[in-house]
Amino acid sequence: MSPFPTHLLSMDDLDAEAIADVLSVTDSFAEVGRRANPKVPALRGRTVATLFFEDSTRTRMSFETAAKRMSADVLSFSAGSSSVKKGESLRDTIETIQAIGMDAVIIRHGSSGVPARVAEWVDHCAVVNAGDGWHQHPTQALLDLYTVRQSLGGGDEGTEAFDGLRVTIVGDIRHSRVARSQITAYAALGAEVTLVAPATLLPPSLEGWPITGVSHDLDSVLADTDVISLLRLQAERGSGAYVPTMREYSAGYSLTARRALQLPPDAIILHPGPMVRGGEIASEVAELPSARITDQVGNGVAVRMAVLFLLLGQGTREAELHG
Amino acid sequence: MAERERSHTRPRGAVFVPRVQVMSADDVRRAVTRMAHEIAERNRGLHDVVLVGLQTGGVGIAHRLAETLGEVEGAEVPVGTLDVAFYRDDIGLRPVLPEAATDITADLTGSTVVLVDDVLFTGRTIRAALNALGEYGRAQVVELAVMVDRGHRELPIRPDYVGKNLPTNRDEMVDVSDEGVSLGELVIR
Repeated sequence: MSPFPTHLLSMDDLDAEAIADVLSVTDSFAEVGRRANPKVPALRGRTVATLFFEDSTRTRMSFETAAKRMSADVLSFSAGSSSVKKGESLRDTIETIQAIGMDAVIIRHGSSGVPARVAEWVDHCAVVNAGDGWHQHPTQALLDLYTVRQSLGGGDEGTEAFDGLRVTIVGDIRHSRVARSQITAYAALGAEVTLVAPATLLPPSLEGWPITGVSHDLDSVLADTDVISLLRLQAERGSGAYVPTMREYSAGYSLTARRALQLPPDAIILHPGPMVRGGEIASEVAELPSARITDQVGNGVAVRMAVLFLLLGQGTREAELHG
Repeated sequence: MAERERSHTRPRGAVFVPRVQVMSADDVRRAVTRMAHEIAERNRGLHDVVLVGLQTGGVGIAHRLAETLGEVEGAEVPVGTLDVAFYRDDIGLRPVLPEAATDITADLTGSTVVLVDDVLFTGRTIRAALNALGEYGRAQVVELAVMVDRGHRELPIRPDYVGKNLPTNRDEMVDVSDEGVSLGELVIR
């Protein structure tokens, strides 16, 4: 196996082998999560900070639960209630946090590239990207992979099941960091990714994206889909202006009950949340057994435990001690 | 130390090169038989006895002990597996990776747990195992069975059942498999 990277900023940081390691370590943490006491002393004495410059409930709770279940101390920072409001720069905020002494910083920011910039500023501290602008949200892609592997059943070991798996990603690809991470992740494991969206919700150029196809017609791809991942229209990033009306968007791209019936019987439905019922997914479809949306949230904790453990438990202190 | 962890630990990329075989496959089989008898002797009737193999080296031996106990005592002894990675005291000092998820389905409260591992060295793995085991209930008694005790203990831990006491140097490696037990070194290719 290749050594795990120092930071997790993008799915590009992980090759197929590193992804396989995350999934395998996640199995161990999922077992911990099923116990009466779902806590282990693995990161005792370590401090993890969550720095969220954008609103989030599930991702922040998921990361904080993950860190606490490994006995790390967690410091929680929200831009709304911090010195940022008083005019402090990002650089100074990071300097402050660094001075307090952090082993890992988990960052969400509205601007692409912020976690990568922060990674250049810190020493002996792992940076985890919890979503930056339209760029990347790697742990979301990892928990999707874990949920898919779990749903495909059979051997839990390895990532062979992804080879040739037909994945369809539907919705606001243009503004979606989740989509960008998913595409890299699925492609790294050999899956075939098809994007479905109106032309306005695709990025200006798809050059270099490791995808198999693009379609503007959801109905035509459903029968050839093993995994369908739905994305919300990101109203806060102005997606509303890219479609004529929400109603028209839903008519063409919402996974309705009628469309769900066109999927192969063993296909699974994923959604990174928060979902808009009646928007990109019909309410009754979200309740189908093939919809693994709540599994995704539950798996999120175990996947983030694995990521933090791989970042912090890999002998970094040895390097500090022995130079 | 299991192969997967080994691949991460310095010196990176080193492989085990056996120098001398200290137990043959038959010796290991006889040791398993003797240890099974000793376990049965100390725990008459084998009521409430659970074998717990440590990932990964102890798992195969735990199953072989259970098989032998079935043959000689007619008792069906449950076998669980335990991964101690998250309880180790060297996390952050060297690469620590879990091998496989722990598999203990029954509540261990009141039972006699026999921890099984291939090699007993510093005792730190067993210390971690004792802590991890507590998460699955309060065992009445915990005993320890190892195929090889190679010495160099750093903690006050001793085995109850031993396949072979093997004096070693600290920098040697002991390899236990179904084909036997070998002593050798890690060599960078």
